Amino acid sequence: MVEITLPKNSKVVEGKTWPRTSHATNLTEFKIYRWNPDDGENPHVDTYYVDRDDCGPMVLDALIWIKNNVDPTLTFRRSCREGVCGSCAMNIDGTNTLACTKAIDDNKTPLKIYPLPHQPVVKDLVPDLKNFYAQYASIEPWLHTVTPKPEKEWKQSHEDRAKLDGMYECILCACCSTSCPSYWWNSDRYLGPAALLQANRWVQDSRDEATGERLDNLEDPFRLYRCHTIMNCSKACPKGLNPAKEIATLKKTLVDRQV
Amino acid sequence: MSGQRQNELRTAARRVRGLGAARSGTKDFWHQRVTSVAGIPLTIALIVIVIALLGRSHAAVVQILGSPLVAVIMLLFILNSVYHMWIGMQEIILDYVHEDKSKFLSLMANTFFVIAVGLACAFAILKLSFGV
Repeated sequence: MVEITLPKNSKVVEGKTWPRTSHATNLTEFKIYRWNPDDGENPHVDTYYVDRDDCGPMVLDALIWIKNNVDPTLTFRRSCREGVCGSCAMNIDGTNTLACTKAIDDNKTPLKIYPLPHQPVVKDLVPDLKNFYAQYASIEPWLHTVTPKPEKEWKQSHEDRAKLDGMYECILCACCSTSCPSYWWNSDRYLGPAALLQANRWVQDSRDEATGERLDNLEDPFRLYRCHTIMNCSKACPKGLNPAKEIATLKKTLVDRQV
Repeated sequence: MSGQRQNELRTAARRVRGLGAARSGTKDFWHQRVTSVAGIPLTIALIVIVIALLGRSHAAVVQILGSPLVAVIMLLFILNSVYHMWIGMQEIILDYVHEDKSKFLSLMANTFFVIAVGLACAFAILKLSFGV
């Protein structure tokens, strides 16, 4: 059944309040989820005070500031710091988004930061996305063809190329999938908005010659049809994409081949 | 995640690929839309019929509900609604009930309930219509 409450050892408790750095006058309070697999303790929410005069404007800047100045054990993923890699996806002020493109001042304070919801936690703000990546791999995100390879590139009209706009920009940060209640309850069988958006990217690609096989592999009460157009995915996407619309296109394509 | 413990040793790819795609679901999806659209005029017709029955005597109500046009509209409404209800409830069960035994029991109970309710309603209308 659906898990309404957390198991006992996952209940989040109040954590430590870290000291403010001296001399700082412009402080912002951060409440950050902490969990260490090695200490056997329950997850806890620690309080930090960030010196805004010494820190950049984005939430990721604050996390890096805390790691450098207050608590070097705070663990999170980050890489490009400009919304291209998708590494720093986390739940900030109740919404899944990228820490690097979310301004500190666009949130309520104290600013609450948790890992992406309903995924196993590796440590602190680092979720285990093994299942998410396996789902992406399962839609075989590469060109499938039976025609012998052309001497140069596979050609595509400007109109057909435009059909991939709104899909090729996905950076697989998992903000959408982990914001979806259907994905929370059925992530073992439901592919989730990110993998389905990517699936549609290949179904709609005019160069791909395996459209039927791709649709066969999606036509399933769980893989595709657990989507109930809740639209949390489109609301969460930090790149401004619309996974709900791409899933609707997939469903329409499946109806098209039947009626 | 259902059956997570016994799945721990399996690879993520094995878990995701599972038993493969069922190659179904589109029919239910499409029929749910068709019955939604059909439900619009049928529900409006039902409301009009109910308003027309307000304050009438028992004999008049029996006569109106038993008349061919009204009876056919009522039967269409019943068939459409129970089919829509059956698909909808099945979706909810698939969403929330993961354990095999309770899932299959709920799916069966849903089917039995829908057939029983649909048949009882249809029987009532037919009885009024044919007056037996």
